[in-house]
Amino acid sequence: MAWMAWTWPTAAFFAVIVVILGVMSWLAIRYPETPRKGILGIETTRGDRLFISLLVAGFVNLAWLGLALGPQWGALGLSLVLTAGIFRTV
Amino acid sequence: MKTRNEKAWLLVLPVLILVAFSAVVPLMTVVNYSVQDTFGNNVFFWAGLEWFDEMLHSERMWNALVRQLAFSGIILAIEVPLGIFVALNMPKKGAWSSLCLVLMALPLLIPWNVVGTIWQIFGRVDIGLLGHTLDAMGIDYNYTQGFYAAWITVIAMDVWHWTSLVALLAYAGLRSIPDAYYQAARIDQASRWSVFRYIELPKMRGVLTIAILLRFMDSFKIYTEPFVLTGGGPGNATTFLSIDLVKMALGQFDLGPAAAFSLMYFLVIMVISYVFYIVMTNLDKQEGGA
Repeated sequence: MAWMAWTWPTAAFFAVIVVILGVMSWLAIRYPETPRKGILGIETTRGDRLFISLLVAGFVNLAWLGLALGPQWGALGLSLVLTAGIFRTV
Repeated sequence: MKTRNEKAWLLVLPVLILVAFSAVVPLMTVVNYSVQDTFGNNVFFWAGLEWFDEMLHSERMWNALVRQLAFSGIILAIEVPLGIFVALNMPKKGAWSSLCLVLMALPLLIPWNVVGTIWQIFGRVDIGLLGHTLDAMGIDYNYTQGFYAAWITVIAMDVWHWTSLVALLAYAGLRSIPDAYYQAARIDQASRWSVFRYIELPKMRGVLTIAILLRFMDSFKIYTEPFVLTGGGPGNATTFLSIDLVKMALGQFDLGPAAAFSLMYFLVIMVISYVFYIVMTNLDKQEGGA
C-alpha cells in the first residue's frame, strides 16, 4: 500500500467518519426513531441531520481557512457547536 | 415462524464492494492527495492545508466559478421558458404528438462528445452551415477566436441539446391536468394568460423544479461538450470548472491543488444533490398524500 502514499491524517479523517457511521447504525437499531420536522421545514432523521452537519462543517472549515480566522481548531469547535444546534433544531 | 432473516444483509455485500472500489477508495485517494505534494516519481511530501488555502485564494478558480455560474444561469434562463413554450405548443393527442415526442427526444440520445463535434463542424466558417451562412451575411463569427462567438456557440449547443428535456418534462406535467380545470376556466372566461398563470404553471411546479435542478446540476459539471467545441478557449473564455480541473490535474499534473479544488467542487455538488433529493422525496410525499 506504500505506493498509494497514505497519510495518517487521511486515515484518521475516514476512521472518524466510519466510527460516526457505526455509532449512528447502532443508535438506529437500539433506539429507532420517527422523522420530525424542524426549522428547515423538511422531515429529517438523525442521519439527515448528520449529513447536513458534515456539509456545514466542510463549508465552515473552508471559510475559516479562506478568511484566515486563526488556527483550524477554531473551525472544528465552531462546527461542533453548529452540529449540536443542527441536531436540536433542524 | 421466523419473521426476520438476517441473511439478506449478505446480498448487499457485492454492491458494497463495488461501491468501495468505484467511489469510496477513489474519494479517499483524492482526500489523501489534497494534503500532499508530489514532483512525480510517486514521491509525496506533506503539505497540510496549503493547497486548500491556495485554491481558496486562486483567482483562476474563482474566475472559473464565475464563468460556470454565468453559464448555468444563462442556459436555465433560456431553456426553462423555451421548454415551457414548446410544451404548450405541442400537439395534445394523435399521431402528431407521438412524432413530436420522438423528435424532441432525439437530441437527448446523442452522446456529449458527438454533440460537441456536430457543433464544431456546424460552426466552422469553411465547411459548416452555420459558420458559412453567418460569414456570407457579413457577420464576423469565429468561435475559436471571438469571446462572444464562443459563448454564444456553447450556449446554443447546450440549449439545442437540453431544451427537449425541459419541454418533455413540462409536457408530462401539462398532460396530467384534468380537463375539468380547463372547462372551469372557459366558464369563467379566463384569458389565455390566466389559464397559464393559475392552472398550468402551478400544476407544472413539480416537474419544473425537477427540470431546473437537473439542468443546474448537469450544466454545473459540464465538460465534454465545451471541451470538444472550444477546448476552453479562446484564452480561458469558456474554461468552466471541470475543464479547469482536468487541465490542472492531468495537464499540469498538479495533483495536490487539483485534489483540493475537486473536493470543494464535490462539496458544492453534494449540496445541490441533497436539495434535489429533498425536493424529490417531498414531491413524492405530496403526491402520495393527495
